[in-house]
Amino acid sequence: MRNRLLPVVPALTLLAMLGPVLAGLYGTVLPAFGHLPAAGLTGPNLDAFRALLAWPGLSRSVMLSLTTGLGTTVIALTLVMLLVAGWSGTRAFRVLERLLSPLLSVPHAAAAFGLAFLIAPSGWIARLLSPGVTGWTNPPDWLIVQDPWGLTMIGGMVVKEMPFLLLMTLAALGQTDAARARQIAAALGYGRTTGWLKAVFPRVYAQIRLPVYVVLAYGMSVVDVALILGPNTPPPLSVQIVKWMGQPDFTARLLASSAALLQLALVMGALLAWRVGEMLVARLGLAWINGGHRGAQDAPVRAMALTGGAVAALSVLLGLGVLGVWSFAGYWGFPDALPDAFTLKTWMRQGDGVLAALRETALIAGVVTFAALILTVGCLEAEYRHRRTLTQRGLWLLYLPLLIPQTAFLPGLQGLLLTLGADVGRAPVMLAHLVFVLPYVFLSLADPFRAWDMRNGTVAAALGASPDGILWRVRLPMLLRPVLTAVAVGLSVSVGQYLPTLLIGGGRVATLTTEAVALSSGGDRRAIAVFGLMQTGAALVPFALALLVPALVWRNRKGLQHG
Amino acid sequence: MKSLALLAALALPLSAHAQTDPADWDAVIAAAKGQTVYWNAWGGSTTTNDFIAWIGDKVKTEYGVTLEHVKLTDTADAVTRVLAEKQAGTDTGGAIDMIWINGANFAAMKDAGLLYGPFAEQLPNWQYVDTAGKTVQTDFTVPVEGYESPWAMAQVVFVYDSETMEPLGSMQAILDWATAHPGRFTYPQPPDFLGTTFLKQVLVDTLDDPSVLQQPATDENYAEVTAPLWDYLDKLTPTLWREGRAYPATGTAMFPLIADGEIDLSTSFSPGAATAAIANNELPDTVRTFVLDKGTIGNASFVAIPYNSSHTEGAMVVANALLSPEAQARAQDPGILGYGTVLAIDKLDTDQKALFDALDLGIATLSPEQLGTVQAEPHPSWMTRIADDWTSRYGVAQ
Repeated sequence: MRNRLLPVVPALTLLAMLGPVLAGLYGTVLPAFGHLPAAGLTGPNLDAFRALLAWPGLSRSVMLSLTTGLGTTVIALTLVMLLVAGWSGTRAFRVLERLLSPLLSVPHAAAAFGLAFLIAPSGWIARLLSPGVTGWTNPPDWLIVQDPWGLTMIGGMVVKEMPFLLLMTLAALGQTDAARARQIAAALGYGRTTGWLKAVFPRVYAQIRLPVYVVLAYGMSVVDVALILGPNTPPPLSVQIVKWMGQPDFTARLLASSAALLQLALVMGALLAWRVGEMLVARLGLAWINGGHRGAQDAPVRAMALTGGAVAALSVLLGLGVLGVWSFAGYWGFPDALPDAFTLKTWMRQGDGVLAALRETALIAGVVTFAALILTVGCLEAEYRHRRTLTQRGLWLLYLPLLIPQTAFLPGLQGLLLTLGADVGRAPVMLAHLVFVLPYVFLSLADPFRAWDMRNGTVAAALGASPDGILWRVRLPMLLRPVLTAVAVGLSVSVGQYLPTLLIGGGRVATLTTEAVALSSGGDRRAIAVFGLMQTGAALVPFALALLVPALVWRNRKGLQHG
Repeated sequence: MKSLALLAALALPLSAHAQTDPADWDAVIAAAKGQTVYWNAWGGSTTTNDFIAWIGDKVKTEYGVTLEHVKLTDTADAVTRVLAEKQAGTDTGGAIDMIWINGANFAAMKDAGLLYGPFAEQLPNWQYVDTAGKTVQTDFTVPVEGYESPWAMAQVVFVYDSETMEPLGSMQAILDWATAHPGRFTYPQPPDFLGTTFLKQVLVDTLDDPSVLQQPATDENYAEVTAPLWDYLDKLTPTLWREGRAYPATGTAMFPLIADGEIDLSTSFSPGAATAAIANNELPDTVRTFVLDKGTIGNASFVAIPYNSSHTEGAMVVANALLSPEAQARAQDPGILGYGTVLAIDKLDTDQKALFDALDLGIATLSPEQLGTVQAEPHPSWMTRIADDWTSRYGVAQ
């Protein structure tokens, strides 16, 4: 049975990932060109695009999408590369790596709340320094959070994307023979950072190119972080699309669809521009490498990179800390460093709501991650048994749902689901989550799965085990740790999803993330803090378990403890 | 507005589903038993959320109706949802059973035939409603005609820190104060509900004769009537918090700004909200409220039932429970919610009256006499155009 099913799993996986994206895009294109038969509108025409061009905020919205996306990617990538170049292999690097890795799972919205509570003119930093250092008895009227240039938003995105790029880079390093390249460069007299950039970076970049593209596309189209940290006069294009989707008339819906297509074009254009930039950098870099400069002045660059990494890690950690303080705060006026009193009132008051949202979040994340795991293992096992390896083109397909902006296809998908009479609620939301969870689960499990020593399988087969027996009784148990890590990644991706839950759930599916962002419009910080912390916990606990469980299960199998 | 006309053209006469006649209340109660009502209501305020949960407990024990609060960030989301369902032909079994609604959203849904009704005046507790003294039968000048049921009265009040300033009597006085104290005042960003209400409040207070606002805006009179508003805002904006380059998202988002000492003055549409926020540790206890000498804008909050609601009877039971003296007194308790009641106290019996007499309105809540004259809401057509113009003038190009 399974042997007949197995070959179709890869096709099924592609369908689960790309089906909703393509259907959603189709559902976006039609209204964008004025075709909405249910509303009595038959296109095609360009009215919606004309209205979009006439919207006075368009140029600024578009600029913001571009600058926040490109800014986030350039800064996060530069910092991670310089950090790895200058520090990998050192003690400081291991400390920083340990600080940054768990931050990968902190949901974007929670990190953004924490950052806002930290750096606002009335935030925790200002409170700690006031009035002693600053002399402020009232906070200064400075536009830090929601600044018109989106700088704070870029900061928030950078601290969240750095852990992702760092982990991708570390995974790539193993396959690039970096240690020897570095040794040779050092023997030839190159400085630490310069040597790494000249000898290792080109090989590493080729491996992490797609994750970099994901960061770029995500930075250009993120909604929840932009709602919390981004400017609002006007907001970035993605937020404006969601606002239009929420307006009670058809013309706004057409406008949202045309803006969604513009968003898609912008992201594609930015990716293309980035590709051109890559070639330019490659050409300039080649000249730089051929120049033969040894880079004796590496020290300030190293110091800067370490500072940047530390600031990023600390700002998320301190942000979570201030969320913790707010969740227990009685009255807390400026410029007091701590609240007048600590109380359990907020937790008790929000308790029922938080638990209900946690149940919903856990149910969705659990089912979706389980489905993603089945499909992923099915794909990888089919690849192993039938020698169907994923080509470079296949890898692109895997990344496609992450490269197409959510705002471009989710509104269309919502419309189509309704037209089909598909019930709102959990099931469609799970389907939408799967689109984003599946690629991450696949990417985290694929390499360890393929790296498994096949001789184990041969030995098991020689002892009479069937292919299924080998998978269940030898391979998966040996891969317990990477499987659990992939599950943790999947859960955290699902926990953090805002837009798919909101749009596809029709507002009825209340997860920790949607509740937290909904509360953000009200300004009850104590409640926001409770939901933000629970959201973080829901994503972090599985990671802790992924570390702990293999250590317990394999406590008497030394060789498997680090595998 | 073109789209509203389009909607009106699309509107189909309400088809009679298997929905119980609201006049036959016993049948409504019988049909409601066991139903789950999805109430789409703004979810940004802890106090409101708690009140809705309390109503949920009440209808559960008394009528066997389960209430699910679908927490919205914007009421328009719910309107869009019903629209999308109509587009998709989902004429029964819709996802939404009840919406906290008023103003433009109500006008749009009523025009498009997206509402169930009339039902409001058949509710048993309608007998207590103050139809003479409160604007419960028109919503932003649009006749309600039983298509939505009132549940709370709102009136604009200004929330200020009594430690740093005194009450002000007019919009001009507020402008003078803001000019002397730059960065200490702001209002929510339109098209947020309270944001546009603030703009209307400016308009009403700066016009010599605001009665023109009771008629729909026309292309002829719009520019002339709103000229004082834009003149006022041109002067006010540079004096605002963050020089008007950013705005809080909603009314309650301004409370932490006061608590943080970022601003001294803000607005609220709920006369008791400041007291409730003090009790909730969200505002310092030096905060008080004031209204303008000429009065401030007031209106009622309503609940409506979409035409394709799956649990119409349950929704009517909830709407009726919201009108009960017990719920109304609880909503008016500033320690809980602090909303004005829609009931006429003199229609209540002694026990019911006692519920209201027992209320301590709290340190930051004005008494009904102090709240003074209630100014009528302008026709929704003004709000739509003003919100659009505000966006192009101040909302996108700072």
